[in-house]
Amino acid sequence: MTLDWKIGGLALGFVFFIAMMLVKPIGVSTQFVILDGVVADAVASATIYDGADGKPTSDIAYFAKYAKNIANPVNYSFIFVLAMALGAFLSSYLRKGVQGAERSIPALWQANFGPRVAKRFAVAFIGGFIVIFAARLAGGCTSGHMMSGMSQTAISGFLFAAGAFATAVPTALWLYKNEE
Amino acid sequence: MEILLALVIGAAFGAVLDRIGATNPSVLGNMLALRALGLMKTILLGIGVAAVLIFGGQMLGLVDVAHMSVKAAYWGVLLGGMMLGFGWALTGFCPGTGVCAAASGRRDAMVYILGGLVGAAAYTAVYSAVKATGLLNNIWGGKLVIGQIAGQDYPALLPVSGDVAGIVMGLVFVAIAFVLPERPRGGQAVPVAAE
Repeated sequence: MTLDWKIGGLALGFVFFIAMMLVKPIGVSTQFVILDGVVADAVASATIYDGADGKPTSDIAYFAKYAKNIANPVNYSFIFVLAMALGAFLSSYLRKGVQGAERSIPALWQANFGPRVAKRFAVAFIGGFIVIFAARLAGGCTSGHMMSGMSQTAISGFLFAAGAFATAVPTALWLYKNEE
Repeated sequence: MEILLALVIGAAFGAVLDRIGATNPSVLGNMLALRALGLMKTILLGIGVAAVLIFGGQMLGLVDVAHMSVKAAYWGVLLGGMMLGFGWALTGFCPGTGVCAAASGRRDAMVYILGGLVGAAAYTAVYSAVKATGLLNNIWGGKLVIGQIAGQDYPALLPVSGDVAGIVMGLVFVAIAFVLPERPRGGQAVPVAAE
């Protein structure tokens, strides 16, 4: 089911290369901010407005950084993430997708923490909060810092990867004592 | 044109993430617990291949150096990385694979995305306070890279050609991908018994 690592690695490297050759490095986590900004601007319409120079801006400092893309979500980076979801959906559909209990609780989680859906969902929510908060603090995630950053020889990518694995490995060793 | 490229490259990225097992939290958890390193080998090979092609392409003039976008180094990168690592191990999702996993029908990944949107909003709320701590101030000259890259004014760690440094680094990643054992903790046995 899963691609052999040699083929998978070549495919993964090739996608990052094509993105770099044709447009720019791949990144994902910024788009969570863009979606938040689009929602905020829909709820309170003056969240993003045109500044004195005619360019979009915001009174919220972090939104101001991304005001141009929030004002126009039909841009490369945002559409890229939507297309990424579509690609994963099609790939999953073609290999008969995720079925049964696995749709709510991954096998490894169930083997270690049992079949309670509410518990898994609570952890997924808290984990999602932590991961995206952390990615914005770091200025990128596994795609932007680790894959795109390290493949451009960026020291920031190595710094990020060192931090991520320094906590991820002990956490996983502690959590997942049983193999599925 | 850019939107068309976003659709094609984005879809390819999502499909590849799904096919290498990165959208499955069990595969991620077993990788981070150092039980099954197939995905780690895939990622290392991916970074290596990308680096060799990017810098080789720049040497041959196939890749425009202006497309590079190196991120600055600051202590928040390390701290954020450490926090992200904890959440990554806890859920089995990083931002990209979480979105892809949700698209592949995983409901826990949909909940993860909701948590992520709230996390991004929380960071937006505290951004100015975080900035005031100095955690976001550049260190080591900011956008530090390994070798000197012609056409970009990134500070370099070593007085060598950035293209050569990138290709050598890429080959090192490829070599590590090959020597890394797939199951460092041994066969299919449940490892708890050994403790």
